[in-house]
Amino acid sequence: MEKNVVHKYLRKNKKFPHIWCPGCGHGVIMSSMLRAIDKQGLDRDDVAVVSGIGCSSRTPTYVDFNTIHTTHGRALAFATGLKLAKPDMTVIVVMGDGDAVGIGGNHFIHAARRNMDLKVIVYNNNIYGMTGGQASPTTPSGKKATTARYGNIERSFDICELAKATGAVYVARSTSYHVQALEKYIHRSLSKKGFTVVEAMTHCPTTYGRLNKIKEPVAGMIYQKDHFIMKAAWDKLPEEKREGKFPMGEFVDIEKTDFVSKYLRLIEANKE
Amino acid sequence: MDKKIEFYESWCKGCGICAAFCPKGAITMDKMAGKPVFDEEKCIACGLCELRCPDYAVIIKKKDKE
Repeated sequence: MEKNVVHKYLRKNKKFPHIWCPGCGHGVIMSSMLRAIDKQGLDRDDVAVVSGIGCSSRTPTYVDFNTIHTTHGRALAFATGLKLAKPDMTVIVVMGDGDAVGIGGNHFIHAARRNMDLKVIVYNNNIYGMTGGQASPTTPSGKKATTARYGNIERSFDICELAKATGAVYVARSTSYHVQALEKYIHRSLSKKGFTVVEAMTHCPTTYGRLNKIKEPVAGMIYQKDHFIMKAAWDKLPEEKREGKFPMGEFVDIEKTDFVSKYLRLIEANKE
Repeated sequence: MDKKIEFYESWCKGCGICAAFCPKGAITMDKMAGKPVFDEEKCIACGLCELRCPDYAVIIKKKDKE
C-alpha cells in the first residue's frame, strides 16, 4: 500500500515507528531525502544508501534501496569502493556530524579532494547523540555536552566551509525546520556530478537539547527558525549581529571533472 | 478543494511539531492522549505537517473537485 511518496520507499518489514526519539529531526531529513530521490526519478535499484554508525546512520535500515550500514566514520571509504565497482549507481552517503568530520574526518577531506561522485548528507545535531551526548567536533563553543559540562571551550568545525575548502562541487546547508529548502538542496545535489555535501542541521531534543535548554522538539525547531539566516541576508548582516546566528543556503555550485569519469577514461585509454 | 487527512496513530510519538507549525491552527494537541487532533474545517491542505512530521504519521490527500 503506497500512501505517499515517503511511505513508498519505506521498508515495511521493519519495525515502525522508527527508533529515533520523539520529535527528532532525523526523520524529517530522511523524508526530505526520499522526496528528493522521487523527484529526481531514480529507480530504486540504481540508488545505494551508505551509512556509518550513529543515530543518523539508522537511515539505511528503513529505506528500500541498496543499503550498507558500515563501521564508524568509514561510510565514505565503503562508498568509494562501491562507486568504483558500480559507476552508474547513485551513491548517497548518510552520516552524522561525528561520523563525517570526527571519526571519519580524513575520509571526508580526501573524498572531497578526489572529487568522488558521492552525494553526502550530513545530519548535524551538534553532539554524539547515540552514545550519551559527548561533545562532537561541531558542538558550538560555549554549548554544553556531557563531556563539556561547563561549556565547550573548543572551536567548532563548520562542515560547509570544510567541504568548500577541500573541493566539493556542491555545498549547501539547511535545517529540519526549513524542509522545503532541504528537499530542494538534496534534489540539486543528486543532479550534480562530483562530491556534494548537504549539511542538514537537526535538533536533538534528548541530549543536546536537554543540556542546552532547548529540550522540547518544538523549541528546537523554533531555535532553527530564529538562528538560521539565508545566505543573501547573512552577507548583508553587520559583524556584531552575526553572533550566535548561522548562514544557510547554497554555498558552492561549480562544475569539476569527478574521479570516476577520469578513472573510466584512463581505463579506456590504456586498453590494448 | 476537498481534502482527506490520514493520521496513523500508532506511528505518532506525540512530539507536537505538526500542531506548533500549522499556519491555520488546525491542529491541537490532546494533552491527555498526547496525540494531535485535526480540525478539517480549518485545514487548508498546505501539507506542512506532512513535510515536518518526523514519524511519517500524517498524510494530507488533496482531492480536486470533479
